[in-house]
Amino acid sequence: MNHTRRQMLAFTAGAAGMAAFGFSALPALADADATQKAIDEFAAGATPAEGRISLTAPEIAENGNTVPISVEVESAMSGDDLCESVMILADGNPNPDVCTFRFSELSGAATATTRMRLAKTQNVIALARMKDGTVYMDRKEVKVTIGGCGG
Amino acid sequence: MKSMMMKSGLLAAAAVLALTAGVSADPVDEQLVIDGQEMITRAKAPEGHPFDEVLSGWLYREAETRKLEEDSFDNPGMLSVEEGEEIWNTVEGTAGKSCASCHDDAADTMAGIAANYPKWDPDAKRPINIELQINKCREENMGAEPYAFDKSGQKELTAYIKHQSLGDPVSVDLSQGEMQQWWERGKDVYYTRTGQLNLSCASCHEQNNGNYIRADHLSQGQVNGFPTYRLKTGLTSLHNRFRGCVRDTRAEIPKAFSDDLMALETYVTWRGTGLSVETPSVRQ
Amino acid sequence: MASKPRIKLPKKASAGEVITIKTLISHEMESGQRKDKDGNAIPRQIINKFTCAFEGATVFECDLDPAISANPFFEFTAKVNESGTFKFTWVDDDGSVYEAEQAIEVA
Repeated sequence: MNHTRRQMLAFTAGAAGMAAFGFSALPALADADATQKAIDEFAAGATPAEGRISLTAPEIAENGNTVPISVEVESAMSGDDLCESVMILADGNPNPDVCTFRFSELSGAATATTRMRLAKTQNVIALARMKDGTVYMDRKEVKVTIGGCGG
Repeated sequence: MKSMMMKSGLLAAAAVLALTAGVSADPVDEQLVIDGQEMITRAKAPEGHPFDEVLSGWLYREAETRKLEEDSFDNPGMLSVEEGEEIWNTVEGTAGKSCASCHDDAADTMAGIAANYPKWDPDAKRPINIELQINKCREENMGAEPYAFDKSGQKELTAYIKHQSLGDPVSVDLSQGEMQQWWERGKDVYYTRTGQLNLSCASCHEQNNGNYIRADHLSQGQVNGFPTYRLKTGLTSLHNRFRGCVRDTRAEIPKAFSDDLMALETYVTWRGTGLSVETPSVRQ
Repeated sequence: MASKPRIKLPKKASAGEVITIKTLISHEMESGQRKDKDGNAIPRQIINKFTCAFEGATVFECDLDPAISANPFFEFTAKVNESGTFKFTWVDDDGSVYEAEQAIEVA
């Protein structure tokens, strides 16, 4: 482990840069494998594409215990144009799994909101699987602030 | 290269501190409306107050946290308020009574009441807050054991009772009994530096409100939203928060409802005169 | 579970309308990652599944992992074509099932 000071600073600042990496290269975190494995299992052979799904998450979370997140998938929600499910992952938590929403024609829209836990600053990843087998992905980095007071 | 890494880490930490030191942000200029009811989050300070204007802690929070308080359904603290309502209607003690047996529907009988607490308790010859008023009722009228601090539904019932005053402006009557002397004592507590960190309440909430302590945006330390739903710890009582603050200065922690903390509650409540009761507010 | 689940949906809607539903349930969502004062791991106990059905047909479901916050909150939509009753179900790790129902009138 021959880190120079510059490398070390780059490493500590790395979290801020991750969002720019794009979908093809997941950051080399300790649990990146688990995150990639979950993505692969959900995608079932498909390559996650950009578009159709949008993830809304705060840029800065005041407390990692309760972070509101929303997903919205463009879909007619009828016939073949149906979003079947959305999986949420967090690549810096002890376990990347957060939740999986399952929609139906009766959902009317493929949109959902919940509140999640983030152990530290990290990427929240949302994947949508459509009835035709295509998979879409969006990702947001959420900075988790450390309070001044443990109070 | 472990030592090198540690040094680098320290340098990075120092850089972060240098960046955040002196950073301040104004409280937001927004209106808090809960289910269509406008809250007073800015009020003209009472005479003798160090500020011109008193500001609710809501104005210091991030947008996502503020939003949680704006809708009584989205506010997780309302689950506790509903628990409090069940307790209100539950018979306990040897007298076979619930709160409702004497006080009927809290929406009528408790409306606006908590906005005027703490009050003078002529029997105990000290200020009384909602938690102690509940215990007094339990012992004297219900034949029930008083709640231990933060236990058995004390927070939830307190939140339910205070929630009946949602929107009402805070006002303590210092002319009752010896309230003025307790206010003076509370003021002493507020300005006395304690602990290894040598901090007073005023160090953070008077001299540095609006500044950041690490990543925390310091507010005026108002108490109009207690018991509050903290994203960190869930429903949190005022005396729990007082004790948490004192602990963080690394001082000996006074007991909940002790004379010092009752005096402090009296004084700090006065410092928020005119702000709406926001119980259960949502904070970080 | 300390208090009843909370449900928010409109009492009335027009046929074919997509309505918004909100649910909130009181639950610690013990993640299994925490330790008690003696350093022993606190076992995981979470709500692991939530279901919303309308007259027996599934509208929306969610599988929950320990990264969902305490007091799980969901907001989602439903397309209503006729009057009927929504049924909401939460399944706890310990096997407990919490249920709530709410009717809607569709004109």
